[in-house]
Amino acid sequence: MELNSKIPEGPIAEKWTNYKFDRKLVNPANRRKYDIIVVGTGLAGGAAAATLGEQGYNVKAFTFHDSPRRAHSIAAQGGINAAKNYKGDGDSIYRLFYDTVKGGDFRAREANVYRLAEESVNIIDQATAQGVPFAREYGGLLDNRSFGGAQVSRTFYARGQTGQQLLLGVYSQLARQIGLGNVALYNRSELIDVVVVDGEAAGIVVRDLLTGEVQSHSAHAVVLATGGYSNVFFLSTNAMNCNVTAAWRAHRRGAAFANPCYTQIHPTCIPQSDEFQSKLTLMSESLRNDGRIWAPKSPDDNRPADQIPEEDRDYYLERRYPSFGNLAPRDVASRAALVEVEKGKGVGPLKNGVYLDFSDAINRLGEHVIEERYGNLFEMYERITDESPYKTPMRIYPAPHYTMGGLWVDYELMTSVPGLYATGEANFSDHGANRLGASALMQGLADGYFVLPNTISNYLAPKLGTTPIPTDHPEFQAAEAAARSRFEGYLAIGGTRSPDSFHHELGKIMLSQCGMERTKEGLTQALQDIPALHEEFRKDLRVTGDGESTNQTLEKAGRIDDFFELAQVMCLDALTREESCGGHFRAEHQTDEGEAERDDEHFAHVAAWEWTGDAGNPIRNTEPLTFDNVHLAVRSYK
Amino acid sequence: MTDLNLTLKVWRQAGPDAPGSFDTIEAQGINDEMSFLEMLDIVNERLIDDGKEAIVFDHDCREGICGTCSLMINGQAHGPQKGTATCQLHMRKFHDGQEIVIEPWRATAFPIVKDLMVDRSAFDRIVEAGGFITAETGGASDANLTPIPKPVADAAMDAAACIGCGACVAACPNSAANLFTSAKASHLNLLPQGQAERYSRVEAMVDTMEDFFGSCTNHGECQEACPKEISIDFIALMNKDYLASKFKNRRMLSRK
Repeated sequence: MELNSKIPEGPIAEKWTNYKFDRKLVNPANRRKYDIIVVGTGLAGGAAAATLGEQGYNVKAFTFHDSPRRAHSIAAQGGINAAKNYKGDGDSIYRLFYDTVKGGDFRAREANVYRLAEESVNIIDQATAQGVPFAREYGGLLDNRSFGGAQVSRTFYARGQTGQQLLLGVYSQLARQIGLGNVALYNRSELIDVVVVDGEAAGIVVRDLLTGEVQSHSAHAVVLATGGYSNVFFLSTNAMNCNVTAAWRAHRRGAAFANPCYTQIHPTCIPQSDEFQSKLTLMSESLRNDGRIWAPKSPDDNRPADQIPEEDRDYYLERRYPSFGNLAPRDVASRAALVEVEKGKGVGPLKNGVYLDFSDAINRLGEHVIEERYGNLFEMYERITDESPYKTPMRIYPAPHYTMGGLWVDYELMTSVPGLYATGEANFSDHGANRLGASALMQGLADGYFVLPNTISNYLAPKLGTTPIPTDHPEFQAAEAAARSRFEGYLAIGGTRSPDSFHHELGKIMLSQCGMERTKEGLTQALQDIPALHEEFRKDLRVTGDGESTNQTLEKAGRIDDFFELAQVMCLDALTREESCGGHFRAEHQTDEGEAERDDEHFAHVAAWEWTGDAGNPIRNTEPLTFDNVHLAVRSYK
Repeated sequence: MTDLNLTLKVWRQAGPDAPGSFDTIEAQGINDEMSFLEMLDIVNERLIDDGKEAIVFDHDCREGICGTCSLMINGQAHGPQKGTATCQLHMRKFHDGQEIVIEPWRATAFPIVKDLMVDRSAFDRIVEAGGFITAETGGASDANLTPIPKPVADAAMDAAACIGCGACVAACPNSAANLFTSAKASHLNLLPQGQAERYSRVEAMVDTMEDFFGSCTNHGECQEACPKEISIDFIALMNKDYLASKFKNRRMLSRK
């Protein structure tokens, strides 16, 4: 497979401007002659569907939710980065670009990241114009705060629910286009297959989640904005229904899957309260602005937090990383918490957390300031744990959260299948091996509002006058038949174990062998255990109910089936990447101080996996990464 | 951590047009640290073990923000805890031996899909009618060009906190959607950016709302049930704007 990143020529600051000028255009009167399918209606998909609709294309938008407003983008709490430099603390597009490349541990494409930083400022303007109620100062101007991995204040926020407010902005624009008839919405419809005819994306096959009916839709181009795959770990901060099926089905149809081992563990989640719980609630990373993280110095210290004196506490992030302290990037902060808990210094009934303590900030600023900043997060914490963070420190622990890996895309966000695009978390492009806080919303919206609507015309323009492949084409018919028999198959197994019980077991394997710390031995073991469990799934699955009405057990079965295949490629990717970088930490590759050790000589590349028909035996292709602007350096937050 | 033994009475209905009935299910050994939906997950696992069909219920983010989850729990929308969506309700709010009645949202505008799942797409129709500011991608001016006083931005944010779950409708004896619609309209109507379409917005949204939902008679149940504790003051604001719209929109049209 040839991976052509199509990065435009020229100096980094001019590439995007030059590209936008050089691309082929579709004139406004001709746009209605094109059909575009957008799957997923979160920030990346909803923004793309709305913008393409505004521009005059015929858009079909698909979501498995009942309403586009429910996409998981909604759960982002902390904020969105933008290089506005409203605080005058020396921020710039170049600095945001630099921080993001460094934060990603030098495993992202420079040109993509620079474009992201450029568009970041437009996002804030656009969202404000739509009525997104960002936090403001008393003078009426926008407020900012700082976030992990940055030394400037560039994060815009809307209380603790920035994701919901940005998504409501997107949804309002999408709703307007639906009302105007420019976008047709298909809700409660799940993508089951991508159809490729003569090497180009021709459409999709979806399953109606209310009736079980399988249907095809064709278009000139298909955009997948279907999110990440953290739910492969069972235990994660993702919404219960997040899954990899759309991306995985595209992968099986020829789209390369890049860097699947780059997964992010979020450092501040509420620890699990019992074995069965799969959804972990995240506490925004913004809390680390005012909270101090510590663990008792002694593993035997079972006193309540308020009875442990200062000298018996270890503020381990401040100790190990004095210049960034509690604002060390996510991967660094997570692994540091793992180290403490593994030394037996965990706190809480299951000894599975560390403290995030606000008492100093409350003494310094007063309780009302802390309430103003984090009130709703504190309430949420108290609802879940029955403990008040104003009185006792929060207990937090890392949990799988975001996936930097995803479908390989070129500079135009096109996958290795022509006409098939991937945006937002579903693609791999901008965060390298680790994503900085408040950058996911930025990337989703940049892709959806500003990048894809510009790049897609380059593919569409030469197709003027063509019609989409009709859905009675044999490829569509074959894909529909395969989709039907797949779901009938799950129902027919008649075994003894529920989809969830398999998911739980798969998650345990992934978390222990392909989680925060990975070893050759563990990954090799996982690569034996996963196919064996998948085989058992095929033989012993039990799905009750039928396929002709809403059946959430059946939906889960399909998603977990795909997670099994993805999990193998994740482990293979982690095994073959013989270095530690960002969210990928191989125990064999660390410094004497326990810090990640990159190998730029051998691994400064993207690994893009190609489907061969056997999930255990894909082909590893590489795209070299070159750094002309940011000097490759050991990432240090000390 | 204590274990609870509970008796659930769950509404089961095979489809939109099928007759429904209550199913009595014993839920033994439920850890009180669990959330209400984790309890239902366990009940479903046990049903599958027994070869029975799992209970269908809407849920997704499980952190009180996506608005997907619903449920009337012992007759209360989102259950007994104030300002809390079902997904964040924990079993410590219940006691050992308790009987819990679980029903779907009850409102004609929210037809039942299956068991505890309902169709809330009437909400989307209201937003499509006018719940937006016309601001097409690309034309925005600098975000700091228009200062917005903090109290105004905060009031807009209070309204924007609505998660669109439908508890207000389910709790209302008239199945009115005035709290939802007023939260959506007020969020935009309070902001300077929303002024150009203020009156056309409120008129279109209220008229669409009335196609689906009952009328508000100021019971205030919606405010009590709202997991985001949105105030019925917004209904008053919406009514004021709606009344004004009937004059202002006509006047604007007459200028053509």
